[in-house]
Amino acid sequence: MQSDERFTDATWPASPEKATLEGKNKYLGFWLFLGGETVLFASLFATYLALKDKVPNGDAALAKDLFELPLTFVATMLLLTSSLTSVYAMYHMKNNHFKQMQAWLVITVALGFAFLGLEIYEFNHYVHEYHHTFTSSAFGSAFYTLVGFHGGHVAFGLMWIISLMVRNARRGLNLYNAPKFYVASLYWHFIDVVWVFIFTVVYLMGMVG
Amino acid sequence: MKKRLHKWRLIALLGIVGLVLSGCGEPFLSALKPAGNVAQSQYDLLILSTLIMVLVIIVVVILFVVVLLRFRRKEGDETIPKQIEGSHKLEIIWTVIPILLLIVLAVPTVVTTFDLADTKAMDKKDKDGKTKDALVVNVRANLYWWEFEYPDLGVVTSQDLVVPTDQKVYFNLTASDVKHSFWVPAAGGKMDTNTDGVNQFFLEFDSKKAEDSNNLFYGKCAELCGPSHALMDFKVVTKSKSDFEAWTKDMKSAKEPTVTGDLAKQGEDVFNQSCIGCHAVTPNDSRPEAARQAPNLATFGEREKVAGVLDHTEQNVKNWIKDPEKYKPGNTMTGTYGELSDSQINALAAYLLQLKVEGK
Amino acid sequence: MSTYANKKGFGATIWDYLTTVDHKKIAILYLISGGLFFVIGGLEAMFIRIQLAIPNNDFVSAGFYNEILTMHGTTMIFLAAMPLVFAVMNAVVPLQIGARDVAFPFLNSLGFWLFFFGGIFLNLSWFLGGAPDAGWTSYASLSLHSEGHGIDFYVLGLQISGLGTLIAGINFLVTIINMRTPGMTYMRMPLFTWSTFVVSALILFAFPPLTVGLVLMMFDRMFGSNFFDVAAGGNTIIWEHLFWIFGHPEVYILILPAFGIFSEIFATFSRKRLFGYSSMVFATVLIGFLGFMVWAHHMFTTGLGPIANAIFAVATMAIAVPTGIKIFNWIFTMWGGSVKFTVPMLYAVAFIPTFTMGGVTGIMLASAPADYQYHDSYFVVAHFHYVIVGGVVLGLLAGINFYWPKMFGTMLNEKLGQITFWTFLIGFHLTFFIQHFLGLMGMPRRVFTFLDNQGLNTGNMISTVGAFLMAFGVLVMVINIIITSVKNEKVGNDPWGDGRTLEWAIPSPPPFYNFKQLPLVRGLDPYWVEKMEGKTEMTPAEPLGDIHMPNSSILPLTIAFGLFVAAFGALYNMDDKTWTLPIIIVGLLITFGSMLIRSVKDDHGYHIHKEDLMDDKDKGGKA
Repeated sequence: MQSDERFTDATWPASPEKATLEGKNKYLGFWLFLGGETVLFASLFATYLALKDKVPNGDAALAKDLFELPLTFVATMLLLTSSLTSVYAMYHMKNNHFKQMQAWLVITVALGFAFLGLEIYEFNHYVHEYHHTFTSSAFGSAFYTLVGFHGGHVAFGLMWIISLMVRNARRGLNLYNAPKFYVASLYWHFIDVVWVFIFTVVYLMGMVG
Repeated sequence: MKKRLHKWRLIALLGIVGLVLSGCGEPFLSALKPAGNVAQSQYDLLILSTLIMVLVIIVVVILFVVVLLRFRRKEGDETIPKQIEGSHKLEIIWTVIPILLLIVLAVPTVVTTFDLADTKAMDKKDKDGKTKDALVVNVRANLYWWEFEYPDLGVVTSQDLVVPTDQKVYFNLTASDVKHSFWVPAAGGKMDTNTDGVNQFFLEFDSKKAEDSNNLFYGKCAELCGPSHALMDFKVVTKSKSDFEAWTKDMKSAKEPTVTGDLAKQGEDVFNQSCIGCHAVTPNDSRPEAARQAPNLATFGEREKVAGVLDHTEQNVKNWIKDPEKYKPGNTMTGTYGELSDSQINALAAYLLQLKVEGK
Repeated sequence: MSTYANKKGFGATIWDYLTTVDHKKIAILYLISGGLFFVIGGLEAMFIRIQLAIPNNDFVSAGFYNEILTMHGTTMIFLAAMPLVFAVMNAVVPLQIGARDVAFPFLNSLGFWLFFFGGIFLNLSWFLGGAPDAGWTSYASLSLHSEGHGIDFYVLGLQISGLGTLIAGINFLVTIINMRTPGMTYMRMPLFTWSTFVVSALILFAFPPLTVGLVLMMFDRMFGSNFFDVAAGGNTIIWEHLFWIFGHPEVYILILPAFGIFSEIFATFSRKRLFGYSSMVFATVLIGFLGFMVWAHHMFTTGLGPIANAIFAVATMAIAVPTGIKIFNWIFTMWGGSVKFTVPMLYAVAFIPTFTMGGVTGIMLASAPADYQYHDSYFVVAHFHYVIVGGVVLGLLAGINFYWPKMFGTMLNEKLGQITFWTFLIGFHLTFFIQHFLGLMGMPRRVFTFLDNQGLNTGNMISTVGAFLMAFGVLVMVINIIITSVKNEKVGNDPWGDGRTLEWAIPSPPPFYNFKQLPLVRGLDPYWVEKMEGKTEMTPAEPLGDIHMPNSSILPLTIAFGLFVAAFGALYNMDDKTWTLPIIIVGLLITFGSMLIRSVKDDHGYHIHKEDLMDDKDKGGKA
């Protein structure tokens, strides 16, 4: 069986991401990888909670001084929406609608970039308005590391999805690249879930005090 | 016959274990020669767990030896043994019995854990903020030396910890540079001195046991802290309650030291030029911790050891001042006081050896 | 086989190994590099014992001693034990489940090269200004205080090799879940495969906390963050937690495969199926699970308070139950069997009392108040060497002797093997038994010297003598390997004669596609089942057909090499040197460039055609 052969809508399997052994392996392996990533972020969350508001002196900004709801709410909405659009993309992937899939991925990527832009603006704001930097306090180190790790994941995810879209722009879907698209979208959902926790633990709980 | 043999083995083994454990180590250093209630309760747990474990080992070894003797394959034997899946009865036995044994150990473990963590007496303060009826010592660990502050007495000393016998001595433990760990094996287990936060625990020294080791115990740093970790020793000097009170009185009333002899007087000048920035010479040092960068030398002439590890002789004092790096690599004293000439060092040693509080 | 493996030149062989994605060759790479690091770590151990032979010794200086003790621990755990475990897993697991390769051959190779370059990077510290010197635990206050680049080598080296381990863990999980041959149900998997499965899950969940800990330390040392800087609000205890949340499962990651190897050996050389197979599986899973619940027993003296100490004490004791189940099951596997004392079996037999002793001192340590005495003393040193050498190393030596013919097609010499066994075992007990008492007598661990007149002289001398005996044993083993390889007398499918599992049904070494036709498994110990019915080979589960194989690739090596280069840049970047940034960029370009090539270039592998397989009849390789 050639995994890069062309398919018609009739021959395209229901779960193209798991139609080959390689695809099945990739699918399972990636879920497991996300399990490891969960522990990674759990460790970062624990570190953040231990060091939250731990600053060297009274002048330094604390969580309740820093965070503002409107900005992070917009960021949250952007990322949640991008997760939804990637679901649409995968829906079309499963139906062998390559063009629609690409279109939804483009929207996903655009939303991702908007989120990243907001995050950069936010960090810049903290640094200049509050002198809350990576090196100013343990709180600062923990905050930028946790949120920055997430931001790094977003950036990597964007690069990944873009390179998949570019690479496969001409040749369309097959059983070789379907698992790749699927796994990338899994990754994107994972990033989204992590953000929900960041929004809750860092921002909402931070504003409460 | 077989049964009796096993019994005999058991008794012999226990005897050996007891003998080996009690015969081990020096009374001033060994955890196997407990010198107070804390060490004793830990020693009791050690013995209890050893007994349980020896029991387990005996069972395993007996089964093991039987197997090795009985089921050896003979040369050319091609018979296929019966393939046995398992035995629920046996498996339940070797699940349940260990659980029971562990419960026997777990109960005293939990009880002792809470007993040894009971430092409530430290929290009862009178209206001056002094601890009501407990002796508290603040232990501060530094790169390769120890400071002992008696906050309720207003007294600071270093390297030699002085404690009364037959009462609980409470400790506040902290470190000023890297993590260390405070351990007096004969008196009880260790507790870490962290760079963040204060740990609290207590030890006890039994007067009779203390006599057996000449009222002197060795203390160690038990957490890797740098090149001279192995040399970060301190001493514990035990005194009866009345002697201890006399000692605290001496310490509290001690004034600026006065030395006799020209050489020692010269030494005082050298000291005031080169050393006084870090070392204090009176036990009532009211400077904050951060300013106390080096051991308090008020009782230097009475110390058990020089720098915690060298015998207390004039020659060793001189050697130490001349090249501390040679005796404690990585210490923080090296290179902080310039080059001293031999005559300056002689004078300094004469001065230092006259620094006494008790008038021994 | 003629069309695929012609006699190759030396250069071609090297290239073959650099690019291989074959699990059997990767096993050999792990074996060679793990063996090399084992020898290095052993030399470091000898330095330690020579220095401590007599009081006030000055064989090595205090600072250098701390570097040696740190590198001994780090090397033995991360660079010797782990890869040797992976060597056996790679060599055996795919064969035991009847697979032609692992699930991700490319990642398998990547995992190896990441480990390899991480290990090399760490060891280069010896020549580049000094090795790490804060112990393998590298507690935060001391490691931030440590000068020079030693700790940076530790952080970056472990980060790279840890990544490799994580990849290997995921790979084995997927392999075991997805690649089992027809009939190989979970409850028919050999115990070694089971332990690999559990261990891989442990790796997946235990390594990320280490990664985070190392990242925090890297940020603190290189970029001025304040995670462990108390003055700026930091907290050093976070490191202790993160390290031990990883560190405790890590010791189970090492010991469970050894348990698996011993389970195979006991059954094989007793000619009897494993006693209580299902409870053995259950115990393995339970040990893995409990392994995550007990990390704070390494921190009883840190000052977590009596509630935490009591909970972790009791949880730790609970681990004794499944471990005890295993010990008794092994003994009863031999009970009623026909026990043959080959060299692997000698190790297995010696393991039982030795490991039991390590286990019981573990229970003693679990008793928190008593642990205040044992903690960070030589008692602990004795305990963990009893479990790690008495468990893991004996397990690896047994496994290497047992599987040597399967990996290389020739048997190690039994006589020399016995010499190694006896000297190593006696030397081991001589070295470490006395250390229990040294600890109780007041000797802290990690001391570069000890003073006279403390009652510690005799014990230390005995310990050093034992260490030399162990070194002699290892030397004989090296000689044995050389002699065996030179002689190279070929053996058949089942050289021990009592093989029970699938790997013994195929040639030694197996053809590169392992199974010509996937075998049909009809019970636990599938090869034994067939043998008992008078057959000499497995029943195939599929008709003879084309076999799909993955392509070799140099990219895993270049990906890992790029990180190796970038790590040098990052390490010296904190010195404000101008050349470091380009180095980092070049390194990352190599890595991400290779990843991009991998991602963009399609790799469909190739097929071995049915006709070629037919020609191979005389070579075996039949299922």
